[in-house]
Amino acid sequence: MSEAVTAKNYLNHESTIKSWLLTVDHKRIGVMYLISIIVFFTIGSFAAALFRLELMTPDANILQHETYNKLFTMHGVVMIFFFLVPSVPAVLGNFLLPLMLGTKDVAFPRLNLASWYLFMTGGMLALGAVILGGIDTGWTFYTPYSSTYANGNVIMAAFGVFVTGFSSILTGLNFVVTIHKMRAPGLNWFKLPLFVWAQYATSIIMVLGTPVIAITMVLIILERGLGIGIFNPALGGDPVLFQHLFWFYSHPAVYIMILPGFGVISEVIACFSRKRIFGYEFIALSSLAIAFIGFFVWGHHLFVSSQSIYAGMIFSILSFTVGIPTAIKIFNWVATLYGGSIKMTTPMIYALGFIGLFLVGGLTGLYLATLAIDVHLHDTYFVVAHFHYVMVGGMVFAWLCGLHFWWPKMFGVMYNEAAAKVAAITIFIGFNLTFFPQFILGYMGMPRRYHTYPEEWQVLHVLSTAGATVLAFGFTVFFITMFVSLFGKKDAGRNPWQATGLEWTHADSPPDPHNFLEDPKVTIRYAYDYEDESLYAEEGKEG
Amino acid sequence: MSHENTDAPPYQQHFFENMQQQNQATMFGIWLFMAQEILFFGGLFGAYTWYRINYPEAYEAGSSWLDPKLGLLNTVVLIASSLTVVFSVHAARQGRKNGIILWLVATLILGGVFMGIKTVEYGAKYDHSLIPGKIFPENPFNWHGTKEQVEAAGHADHSTGLKYYDKASEGTKGNIKPGAWASDTYVKKTQVAEPKGIQIYYCLYFAMTGMHALHMIIGAGIIIWICILAHRGRFNKEYYPHVEYFGLYWHFVDIVWIFLFPLLYLI
Repeated sequence: MSEAVTAKNYLNHESTIKSWLLTVDHKRIGVMYLISIIVFFTIGSFAAALFRLELMTPDANILQHETYNKLFTMHGVVMIFFFLVPSVPAVLGNFLLPLMLGTKDVAFPRLNLASWYLFMTGGMLALGAVILGGIDTGWTFYTPYSSTYANGNVIMAAFGVFVTGFSSILTGLNFVVTIHKMRAPGLNWFKLPLFVWAQYATSIIMVLGTPVIAITMVLIILERGLGIGIFNPALGGDPVLFQHLFWFYSHPAVYIMILPGFGVISEVIACFSRKRIFGYEFIALSSLAIAFIGFFVWGHHLFVSSQSIYAGMIFSILSFTVGIPTAIKIFNWVATLYGGSIKMTTPMIYALGFIGLFLVGGLTGLYLATLAIDVHLHDTYFVVAHFHYVMVGGMVFAWLCGLHFWWPKMFGVMYNEAAAKVAAITIFIGFNLTFFPQFILGYMGMPRRYHTYPEEWQVLHVLSTAGATVLAFGFTVFFITMFVSLFGKKDAGRNPWQATGLEWTHADSPPDPHNFLEDPKVTIRYAYDYEDESLYAEEGKEG
Repeated sequence: MSHENTDAPPYQQHFFENMQQQNQATMFGIWLFMAQEILFFGGLFGAYTWYRINYPEAYEAGSSWLDPKLGLLNTVVLIASSLTVVFSVHAARQGRKNGIILWLVATLILGGVFMGIKTVEYGAKYDHSLIPGKIFPENPFNWHGTKEQVEAAGHADHSTGLKYYDKASEGTKGNIKPGAWASDTYVKKTQVAEPKGIQIYYCLYFAMTGMHALHMIIGAGIIIWICILAHRGRFNKEYYPHVEYFGLYWHFVDIVWIFLFPLLYLI
């Protein structure tokens, strides 16, 4: 099948708009998520570009404080709930999970489509709140500010987050069931690709964490809309309870935003080192360990919020323990690289960039988990730089890495490798230039969420804005490269990277609407068996 | 293993290998859904616990206005509705279409009775001015003491509803202008000091029972849907997942109430 250029595949077998909007095909849903989150990413980026521009000078020049507050809120809400959370799970996870498991679809395809509609509904509500005047609560919606004092359509935005939360819950539920019940014959747990393990751990957090923020958003809406005051101090309510409930989800959510990235990196590092991954079981189980421990560290966001000092100490110690499974992963990736025949492809550049940047993000996390240091650094640019190293340097890099890696599988085309490399290196440089100065700013005491600052910090702010410009340029090159590639010849072939994994060895590029022409049976010795060339060498094997 | 699984029954989805896989997957999905429901209500139970530790007196005073008899009656009604759901699943297992519909309608009626009693209870809260927030601006939250205190003060007049405020004061409830309740003279006669956190207790009462009621309303919608499906003959002895999974959902909603009843009414 693969030599026939006009072969039927999931992209061309039906082409009406209706066939897309009512599709239950996990691959098409993945592509729909991809388009949607790119729109959200662009919106979030423009907000960031605007306030970065404002921060060029110490005084308020182009934005007043209210607009500034609305812009960073919009940036946070859009980027976290509508880009980072769905970035890898909903796009790559949806597309790849059934392919990797050797099945025809996820367990509940209609639910999967419903999740996309919920996601879009939530997104429209959040954007509607922005268009109708914006909100200035910050993405954290802290009470009593959000419930009582903030202007704008907090109810609408919170409801958007609530609805999107259910999209996330249902996607997670779908994935967990699919991984448990839909594996191809012979594909046991310890032969699964590590991407699947990462998705599994992520999905568990989605199912168990997200409902808590959903009910918290309901309480915010009730308090703001009906005046019933669960968090209202005037009635004896405790705003800190909101912080507990919020971070009970939102800290595990940080792992929703990074664990799938770990999965992508494991695939890419193994493929381009041409080696079996080092310490497979440890990488697999460390994902579960992170998901588990991640539920017990939320208190490190409340070190200065009147939490008792003993609770703070416990949360501090627990937060340190997350570093252990995370370090296990990093060491194993580096050990996989060691002695491998490394190919410097675009996905590999992103993967190596990920390791470096995530290391900085992770280690500065340990600073912030340290009680006394956090008192100094809390709510400063140090925190901003830390989570951007994890979220952008980590997850966005992993998303880009995965997108480049599976692009030929998704669309059957290869992008211009040179242009993609230019984009990758530009994004790496731009990212560091944007956020490294913010570590220094934060250490010197620049608080986050302010639009003016003392003059002596201007140099660092100008550097940061310059970096954001480079970053914007890099993303532009990336978008153009990928967009142009779609119009090229669909000649990527079934397995351009000579990778293992059912999506490469058993499915066409782009895959058939039913994924496999013949249901795969798994006979491999173990995952990432790159020593066994017969697995991936048969280019054009009849499916 | 082939695409063309000609032996597959019509209700088997094409992406499942066989009915066993389909049944296991959907059952697992329902249980995961329950898990997220537990966490969803968990946020409310967490808030309940947090404030109970902070304001134990408010919880005690507040719950004095809840009627344990009505709560108990509702508990019995709900447990009975769980039983009828079980009968409906049993009928489905035997392939009796009319049995499914009959017992589900019985469940619907019992659910309606529960909601009716709940409405009476909510109405009493309105009469007692115990609804927090700005939902009823003409009748804002106004604490008069626990039920025992009010009854001991002799202001309760059951013949005309519970008008426990001083009848000698200016007018009756009906012609007090909004906001007038806060005037000094009126407050002195009618209001006692509000225990700290009492409004929080009622916020939680309405949020928890309201969220539970919302789940029952959703359940009622599902009942009607399943009855239509059953009427159209969609189920048979081997295939009745909707009935079975709805049963699990309904039991879950019952269990939430089994926790709400003692937490709000009894302790």
